[in-house]
Amino acid sequence: MDAAIEWLIDPYRFEFMRRALYVLLIVSIVGGVVGTFVVHKGLAFSGDALAHSTLAGVAIAFVNGANVSLGALIAAVATALGIGWTQRRGRVSYDTAIGIVFVAMFSLGILVISRRTSYTPDLFSFVFGNILGVTDSDLLGALLLGAGTLIFVAAFRRELVMVAYDPATSATVGIPVRFFQYALLVLIAVAVVVALKAIGIVLVNAMLIVPAATASLLVRRIEQIMALSIALAAIASVIGLHLSFHANVATSPAIVLVACAGFAVALAATSRRRSTLPAEVTPAPRGADA
Amino acid sequence: MSASATQRLGEPDHERAREPRPPGHTHDAFALEVDDLWAGYPGQPPAIEAIDVRVPVGEIVGLVGPNGAGKSTLFKSILGLVEPLRGEVRAFGQPIRDARADVAYMPQIEEVDWDFPVSVNDVVLMGGYRRLLPFAGWSRDDRERATAALEQVRLAEYASRQVGELSGGQRRRVLMARAIARGARLLLLDEPFAGLDAAVQHDLLEILDELVKGGRSVLIATHDLACVASCSDDAICLNKRVIATGPPATVLTEEVLSRTFDRHLLTVGTVNLSLAHDEHLSAD
Repeated sequence: MDAAIEWLIDPYRFEFMRRALYVLLIVSIVGGVVGTFVVHKGLAFSGDALAHSTLAGVAIAFVNGANVSLGALIAAVATALGIGWTQRRGRVSYDTAIGIVFVAMFSLGILVISRRTSYTPDLFSFVFGNILGVTDSDLLGALLLGAGTLIFVAAFRRELVMVAYDPATSATVGIPVRFFQYALLVLIAVAVVVALKAIGIVLVNAMLIVPAATASLLVRRIEQIMALSIALAAIASVIGLHLSFHANVATSPAIVLVACAGFAVALAATSRRRSTLPAEVTPAPRGADA
Repeated sequence: MSASATQRLGEPDHERAREPRPPGHTHDAFALEVDDLWAGYPGQPPAIEAIDVRVPVGEIVGLVGPNGAGKSTLFKSILGLVEPLRGEVRAFGQPIRDARADVAYMPQIEEVDWDFPVSVNDVVLMGGYRRLLPFAGWSRDDRERATAALEQVRLAEYASRQVGELSGGQRRRVLMARAIARGARLLLLDEPFAGLDAAVQHDLLEILDELVKGGRSVLIATHDLACVASCSDDAICLNKRVIATGPPATVLTEEVLSRTFDRHLLTVGTVNLSLAHDEHLSAD
């Protein structure tokens, strides 16, 4: 018993672990709320594109000695608006357009980095995530962006849901549909940036998709899905954080793997439930027609 | 052939043909007046030209035409989503931009994301949406109206269901309940009958009938000639321009229909015209 408590409490003797926990809780909340829209509007690929596009902003800011998170934010928001724009007037399909924007921004990032001859560990902490390197100012940035995201969603929850469910009718009642479609992409961009330092470019999309997808298997209404995916993300974060501390493995893949394991369990549990016949129906005997 | 085909089309499939107006009847109030409306999209020729439409208060008007005839452009103009190039749209005597709250729209079923995780009640509540007010929720009045609208379409017991679990007919009724909850006096229904079997169509028509008896006015865009023939007071045949307008019995003639649907009906002839009646021919 004491050992279990020790296992749980021990890591938080360290300030960097406490900061890691706080930032992961912020990521869980923002990811759960925004991720619900991502999963239910088929925006998973957009989320991935936004995450990868941040590399351009990160690299340019890093090389110029500017604030790297701010660079990431600018790149992600610009990409979000670009995706929204191509969605409206693209003569190529939506996913092709995203694919192009995504590789262009990612290539730009790699190109800028490749000009530097020295090894740049700070940059790679953005690519693969460096939860233990989260600073107080990273935490503050995540807190502000996360609060802004939640306030916006709370303020316009009716509009966001109506536009997601039925854009045509929403326009007829005076909702600026285009604004809210862009706003959703920008919210995804901001959520990506909130989680970027902790989780890393490569895996950040998982925090938007996996908990919300798991929750969607278990509950039906949007508020329930948001609440449950926040809880699932927080649980996966804490388990992953402890695993990485005690087993000495990288944190963000540990968190993502725990979250994915949760998804697999939920999928298995709900598939079995669905394929069961109702009690009053007796299964047809095998080979009855032979 | 023309007369018999019309007769067949006019036969009350749903045993509920609306009473014809008394001869010499004139309307003194219109829910919708469209005058010489030209509308379209940037860089393209007008999708609709010189459209005149009247929907008298308390009546059902059916708008018939093939795909690409401009039905949705006309709807969008009526809803104030497409600026007219020329002409005017008025609802209850007011310019349409001042009458938005008095017009409710029921979209085609494909326009709606049925997999989105909202309940039946959530959707009907959307009908009460009025204006952009940050942090606003639904009022008690909104909730009461939503409940009443659900009862009106006989879906009260489905209120907490996820919309994706509903059948095609129930989905139509949810959208209709949302339009009712808007409290508008004019309803625009876009293809409300598409893909429904006769019994379900019958249920919808019954609900429509109640609405009209309650003083509401309805404009229905549809491919379904039989429904127009049996449920509407007036029919409008549209193909970029208004081909004909008037009571269904006089408008839905073979000659008018072949002009409306270009050659579709002309080439299929008598046999398929009766099929159109039986199978609710869609022109696409």
